[in-house]
Amino acid sequence: MEQTGIKTDIGKIREQFPVLRQEVNGKKLIYFDNAATTQKPLSVINALTDYYRHYNANIHRGVHALAERATAAYENTRKLIGEFINATDTEEVIFTSGTTAGINLVASAWGRKFLQKDDEVIISEMEHHSNIVPWQMICEEKGARLMVIPVDNKGELVMSEYEKMLGDRTRMVAVTHISNALGTINPVEEIVAKAREAGAVTLLDGAQATAHVDIDVQALGCDFYAFSAHKLFGPTGVGILYGKRAILEAMNPWQGGGEMIEEVTFEKTTYNEIPYKFEAGTPNIADVIAFGEAVRFLNGIGGKKELLSHERELLQKATEGLKAIDGVKIIGEAHEKIGVLSFVVDGMHHFDIGMLLDARGIAVRTGHHCTQPLMRRYGIEGTVRASFSIYNTTEEVEFFIESLKQIIAKWR
Amino acid sequence: MEIKDKRPASLEDIQNEIIDEFSIFGDDRESTIFYIMELGQKLPPLDEQYKTDQYIIKGCQSKVWLTARLEGDRVYFDADSNTEITKGLISLLIRVLSGQKADDIINADLYFLEKIGMSNIIGAQRSNGLAAMIKQMKLYALAFKSKMNNE
Ligand SMILES: Cc1ncc(COP(=O)(O)O)c(C=O)c1O
Repeated sequence: MEQTGIKTDIGKIREQFPVLRQEVNGKKLIYFDNAATTQKPLSVINALTDYYRHYNANIHRGVHALAERATAAYENTRKLIGEFINATDTEEVIFTSGTTAGINLVASAWGRKFLQKDDEVIISEMEHHSNIVPWQMICEEKGARLMVIPVDNKGELVMSEYEKMLGDRTRMVAVTHISNALGTINPVEEIVAKAREAGAVTLLDGAQATAHVDIDVQALGCDFYAFSAHKLFGPTGVGILYGKRAILEAMNPWQGGGEMIEEVTFEKTTYNEIPYKFEAGTPNIADVIAFGEAVRFLNGIGGKKELLSHERELLQKATEGLKAIDGVKIIGEAHEKIGVLSFVVDGMHHFDIGMLLDARGIAVRTGHHCTQPLMRRYGIEGTVRASFSIYNTTEEVEFFIESLKQIIAKWR
Repeated sequence: MEIKDKRPASLEDIQNEIIDEFSIFGDDRESTIFYIMELGQKLPPLDEQYKTDQYIIKGCQSKVWLTARLEGDRVYFDADSNTEITKGLISLLIRVLSGQKADDIINADLYFLEKIGMSNIIGAQRSNGLAAMIKQMKLYALAFKSKMNNE
């Protein structure tokens, strides 16, 4: 098997994640719940304490030294993120509290202004609830229609159905870049291009994508791109909403408060420029600053190509292992996948399997993964999901497969 | 179903018996979980008519259906769940509480759970679910008691 840059350094990478060096239930921890949230490297953890120890201050509008330093660090993350996703301008990067907040911002602020009765919003059957419910809410408010691109048995979007859906009334196409439940990498360039031809605005849910594939919002051509820091080795409570300048400027603010104004009188308030227009209130300064370290960490380990190839090696091994176990069915066998492996076992409930794996120190996620419509599509209630990251090893995958085999055999 | 002519053992006797059974696993978590699952498997099936929202216990992550009936002065429970572990948990509660007097159920101190370290085995989220099951069983007992008092 080909040696990847990451594989040779995996020991070094693991050293940077203190949480991995522990036992749970008396067993060595194997963390396979990376699609839910990744672990944090020391640099991120240290950045948090460093901020609170040395330069905690509210940002912007401050003239004193600490405020200067905090503002610079905060805005520096914005710049790093802009480069990370290849935004045209740094101002197109808006800090939110997560993917969910970013999508809600667009559904509310964009939807309220631009959606009208009988307009159509297209999402897909594999969306996370956070890319379904905000659209349902605004569609209901506006009398707009929600259309759903179906998913085939393998876990890929049925593109021909999507093409048929596009039309005069299509205003928004909002789909996930990568499925959290199936691991499918969607053909988002094509989806965006077709939407643009139809004159629709596009939003990509990048929650699962940013830690796995290179993101170039200009090449993707999307109007909005939303993601969360915590799935990308950063802290919880921080997210990014990228939006094209023109569309962000055309939108009204989402929430009102401090930071987002230019001038307030009781008669009329004028709004600040982007991105501040969309960042009302004191933001999550510490976590934004620490998120910058997460991006530096990612940039430092040799790029996402190697990351993905390491993950795929694990995925392939795990997939082969699972397929060799009688009664195991993989849910999601798309051609293009990240290291996400969802499966069900005949005669065993996913919760029970999850607990038995946990007893061996293996952390997986069980349930519907906030994708109930997708689960319904496959006629299941939920799955066991193992999801891999850079610090996972082939030995861990082997142990996981062996454990699962034994657990199933014991129960039969 | 319960054997009618057999006097139910006391709450304490049953609890001590369970503590004894679980003690052989020590801190072998996997075996303990498998044992709970086996107990679940042995739970008599619940009539399909009770597997509706009306009988579902709120506050459980898994689906748990519970029904109760009064025979003489004793309360009997039947239940089912969609996961084997939860079924095992409710079966333990049934073993202790089913066939007892309403008052004894209402006042039951289920110390066996702490003695076998249940919250550690099943974790905080499932412990909340377990508490919801106990609460629902006690509520049934309470309802039967007030019904008996009114008659
Ligand atoms: C595809 C997808 N979209 C959205 C979200 C929501 O992200 P967050 O909870 O960080 O807002 C997730 C997280 O699980 C996800 O996987």
